[in-house]
Amino acid sequence: MVELTLPKNSRITEGKTWPRAPKSTHLTEFKVYRWNPDDDANPKIDTYYVDRDDCGPMVLDALIWIKNNIDPTLAFRRSCREGVCGSCAMNIDGTNTLACTKAIDDNKAPVKIYPLPHQPVVKDLVPDLKNFYAQYASIEPWLHTTTATPEKEWKQSHTDRAKLDGMYECILCACCSTSCPSYWWNSDRYLGPAALLQANRWVQDSRDEATGERLDNLEDPFRLYRCHTIMNCSKACPKGLNPAKEIATLKKALVDRQL
Amino acid sequence: MAELEARTGMGAKRARPISPHLQIYRPMLTMMMSIVHRITGAALYFGMLLIAWWLIAAATGPNAYATVEWFMGSIVGQLILFGYTWALLHHMLGGIRHLVWDTLHGFDPADREWMTVATLVGSIALTLALWVVGYLAMGGPR
Repeated sequence: MVELTLPKNSRITEGKTWPRAPKSTHLTEFKVYRWNPDDDANPKIDTYYVDRDDCGPMVLDALIWIKNNIDPTLAFRRSCREGVCGSCAMNIDGTNTLACTKAIDDNKAPVKIYPLPHQPVVKDLVPDLKNFYAQYASIEPWLHTTTATPEKEWKQSHTDRAKLDGMYECILCACCSTSCPSYWWNSDRYLGPAALLQANRWVQDSRDEATGERLDNLEDPFRLYRCHTIMNCSKACPKGLNPAKEIATLKKALVDRQL
Repeated sequence: MAELEARTGMGAKRARPISPHLQIYRPMLTMMMSIVHRITGAALYFGMLLIAWWLIAAATGPNAYATVEWFMGSIVGQLILFGYTWALLHHMLGGIRHLVWDTLHGFDPADREWMTVATLVGSIALTLALWVVGYLAMGGPR
């Protein structure tokens, strides 16, 4: 449901400004969303000053620097630090992206960092993505076949394999889905760009034999058709993929099969 | 998962907040034009009422029609008509843009931006052109 404002317990309040390092000359200001499940306070924005002469170039480097040097209670997810795992997806300077591949200098200072939008917050920058993963599971992201399993592998031509380009690269970081206003209002029933891109990845797979059932499952005013081509997803994708186009491909496949 | 939370006490002691969304997301042209497309679409319902009023008045008789003429000719009426013209043209161009997208064209980063700019610039230009032509056809300002 469309709810333009935040519920009472989610409204953001002024936070703490942490002291800057005394001798450093090259400081960048960071404003970071904080919420702690163990106290009774509302979410707040804390201000940190990062010593850039002592810190790597990426936003993730800055967060790790803050955690190591100023405030060890800051919580965020990270793993690969090279844009492969999708753990450090967050809202930086107003758009969703991966902290590890976003350069600090590509943002306006102060750099504002929030968790992925319109998600329940577990702590600080860590959102609860249970619903997102359940939606991914609901499109059954594995090969469905009815013919007998071949003795060796399921074969695919180079041309058919190329049809999966632009989809197999998705790392399920949730940047796209949580950038979508339609998903903000209807995430209980709308699958969102990431799950739909993955759905198309299996619809387009020449080896899959359940294309019809997959399309049946998507033919729904909410699951697929809440997409209004707003394009936030394609603009947010840190891997440069185009979920909006993949969703349009699904819509077209649904029309084509009726002709 | 709920079981795990119950067992480990991992579940938050109180309701989790919802992370901010509209409040913090950077407004982007395609996103703004999407909501404008909706707003103009809703405005067109109101515009249909104007047209219905005009037609009903024309069918009713000279007195009723004179009232419509008077209202449409007033500054407020002219502003409403101008806004209606823009809403109509904007929604039409937006519709064409969505039609192009439905054929899987225009999704590349550069294409989707210029098409969106074109909708906005085109609708304003067409509205102005229509009004200039309209005024000239009526013999200029009266």
